[in-house]
Amino acid sequence: MQEACFPDSPSILEMCDIQMHFGGLVALKGIRYTVPPGIIQALIGPNGAGKTTLFHCISGLIQPTFGHVLFEGRQINGMLPHRIARLGISRTFQHVALFKSMTVLENIMLGRHPRTRSGFWATGLRLPAMRREEREIRETARSHLDFVGLGDSANLPAGTLPLGKQKILEIARAMATDPRLLLLDEPAGGLNMRETEVLGELIQRIRACGVTVILVEHDMNLVMEIADRILVLHYGSQLASGTPMEIMDHPEVIEAYLGGG
Amino acid sequence: MNKNDRWAFAGMVLLIAVFPGIALKVKPISHYVDVMIFAGIFSLVSLGLCMLMGYAGQVSMAQAAFFGIGAYSSGILTSRLGWNPWMAMPAGAALSALVAWIIGVPALRLKGHYLAMATLGFGVIVHIVLGEEVKWTGGPSGMVDIPGLKIGGWKLISEVAWYYMIWAVVFLALLFCLHVIHSRVGRGLRAIHEEEMAAESMGVPTARYKVQIFVFSAILSALAGSFYTHYVTCLNPGSFNLMWSIRFVLMVMVGGMQSLWGAILGAVLLTFAGNEWLQVFSDYEILVYGAMLLCVALFLPGGMVSLIPKAIGIFQNVQTSLYKR
Amino acid sequence: MGTDLLQYTISGLTVGVIYAMVAIGYNIIYNVTEIINFAQGEFVMLGGLFAAFFVGSFHFPVFMAFVAAVLSTGCVGFAMERFVVRRARNAGVLSLIIITIAVSILLKGSAMLGYGKDPHCLPAFSTGGPIMIAGAALQPQVLWIFGVSTLVVIALTVFFRRSLYGKAMLACADNPIAARMVGIPVRQMVLLSFILSAAIGAAAGVIITPISLMDYDRGAMLGLKGFGAAVLGGLGNFYGALLAGAILGLAESYCAGYLSSGYKDAVALIFLLLALFFKPEGLFGSETARLKKF
Repeated sequence: MQEACFPDSPSILEMCDIQMHFGGLVALKGIRYTVPPGIIQALIGPNGAGKTTLFHCISGLIQPTFGHVLFEGRQINGMLPHRIARLGISRTFQHVALFKSMTVLENIMLGRHPRTRSGFWATGLRLPAMRREEREIRETARSHLDFVGLGDSANLPAGTLPLGKQKILEIARAMATDPRLLLLDEPAGGLNMRETEVLGELIQRIRACGVTVILVEHDMNLVMEIADRILVLHYGSQLASGTPMEIMDHPEVIEAYLGGG
Repeated sequence: MNKNDRWAFAGMVLLIAVFPGIALKVKPISHYVDVMIFAGIFSLVSLGLCMLMGYAGQVSMAQAAFFGIGAYSSGILTSRLGWNPWMAMPAGAALSALVAWIIGVPALRLKGHYLAMATLGFGVIVHIVLGEEVKWTGGPSGMVDIPGLKIGGWKLISEVAWYYMIWAVVFLALLFCLHVIHSRVGRGLRAIHEEEMAAESMGVPTARYKVQIFVFSAILSALAGSFYTHYVTCLNPGSFNLMWSIRFVLMVMVGGMQSLWGAILGAVLLTFAGNEWLQVFSDYEILVYGAMLLCVALFLPGGMVSLIPKAIGIFQNVQTSLYKR
Repeated sequence: MGTDLLQYTISGLTVGVIYAMVAIGYNIIYNVTEIINFAQGEFVMLGGLFAAFFVGSFHFPVFMAFVAAVLSTGCVGFAMERFVVRRARNAGVLSLIIITIAVSILLKGSAMLGYGKDPHCLPAFSTGGPIMIAGAALQPQVLWIFGVSTLVVIALTVFFRRSLYGKAMLACADNPIAARMVGIPVRQMVLLSFILSAAIGAAAGVIITPISLMDYDRGAMLGLKGFGAAVLGGLGNFYGALLAGAILGLAESYCAGYLSSGYKDAVALIFLLLALFFKPEGLFGSETARLKKF
């Protein structure tokens, strides 16, 4: 049982000295950070700074070479991603990893997977418990669909939606897993101003439901608008962290990322 | 199951039910009942393989090996150890499941080409073992005098009885698979096929599901092998070699990889092709299979089943243009 | 006892060299395209059968038949890439696997129609009886086998390390988009890789036929075992392929001699499975190789 590296602050996620080496390449040089529950935490930095790599370390797709990750006090690095999902962490992907040949509703229904139990034989034999669960899955998925405003697209193939709605759908799918921590990887990528506004509003509604959000984003307007705290990464190192106002005035951040004057 | 599936299922049951009645009245095709029995046996294999390839997206070139494990288990247990065939069948299926699990856990960590090669290699190893262990399997000359099946004391001898029995089993398996597809597990499998990383991140235990489907397909293949053994009452390793594994893959691909109906259609088509129409071309058989596989993979990756919506589309276009006149 | 060991060692190394050359064929195509060519073994088969045909029907001297067989099989490799693989470049991995398997069956079926089911033989490259070494017999053809394969490996190493074409081919596998952007004609490189692979496979087929004959059915087994050598040596690594081929050949030969000749084919396959399951980057693969998508 690993000890917390920030034993005194309440936190939902602690990253303790995370390093990631890919052969000779060092993608993360030692990230030491804690995320308090219930906020929108932004993670910014130029391309290649290691943001998505950090997400992969948290969600379990890769194992950090050194260091550990604690979720609600419990060490999660080393666990398989599907177990981490069941513990309450969910995410979206930079390249919109929707199941394009499945319908919009089916994508969200898939999100219910970690909260349901029917196994292979129970579903094959169509036992009554499984039938009940299937009805429940469908109803819950519908309500998530309505929460994000995609109610009329339920039976369309997910691949036919415009990009803006696909991004929203991916978030709805992640929310269907009933997460307590939601990782969003560049959700505003490719969206226009109107769509970004809708997105920002959705993320704030998600926070209001009690879900902590970690947001990787390049759209600084969105970040400044909705983020409670910002962590800046630069070439795999932690550059600065603080409130949006603090970050905006931070000289190193300005020089490295925001464009130096 | 949705409405289309229900209609298709009912239609298929009807067709299968009346077929012997028609075929037996028409002299030249009366032996088609026998061919359809083999088609039914092979449909069991192709159903399992379809779930594995079309839905979970994993390739297996080893189905003939599991078919053989089931067949030889039934053969050895019944003819050499005197077991009741209905007890030997689940034993063969259990052995096949165990082997599939042992091989599957490490193999399914591999992707694409490497998985294909691993299953290919495994399939050939099983084939070698079947030919070498002469004491048990009779070696290259195989075994004969395997008992037939009895249902509650009545011997299953007539073709028609076998026909209805085997197709009843096929329909049960089909129903099971349809239920799985339209459920949380089925969605999980399709998710694994499309975006494995995302599926895993949404709580789908991808490694476990892949192995489960692999084991399931091995069980179906083994059951098919057992039925095969008791129908032909003799065995030799030549029926369980690499070409057979490739035939099973071809059945799934020709019919339509993502469709359970396609799996059955492919099995029926290829069994007829193998038994009937290729008799003339027996030397060309390998060539024809290779050409078919190539053409389907290149030009019709969705299989024959994908022609149905296209045909409906053409039909509708013709209709509307006729009405315009 | 000692002579037996020596005899098995010689025959093990002989067949091991053939597996190594098949492995090199896989490596070339893999290095350029990341495709595993399931028809690799059939190139070996075709090499042997073409040579037998040229000697039998046209009475070519054996060296001419060697060259003619290598060229003919090279053309088959060309046709395979140009007319089949190229069409499927954008298809999924599953389709590519099925397609190369389909081509291998087509080649086998055609060979059966063209040459029948009987094994064919070739005269040895040089006359003379076996050379006796410490009681074991060494056929002169074995020296040819070692010689030809050494030449092939040296030529390939020079080609890939020194020549522009060779380096261009390696660039294609690493990053086809970047390669295209610096003007490397990726399509021609892929084509070249298939032709080279086919030629090398054919060479292996011709040099082994005087010793162990060749029939239409041998391709699949050779292909599988050759792939085992490729994986064991580390996919893409030529020297690894040589060493792994030798290991597999020796293991197979010792098994046939000391344990059971019926199971000898299974030995190489078991090595293949073990390598794939436990060390897919091979004995000589690097850390970065392990990170490749197995």
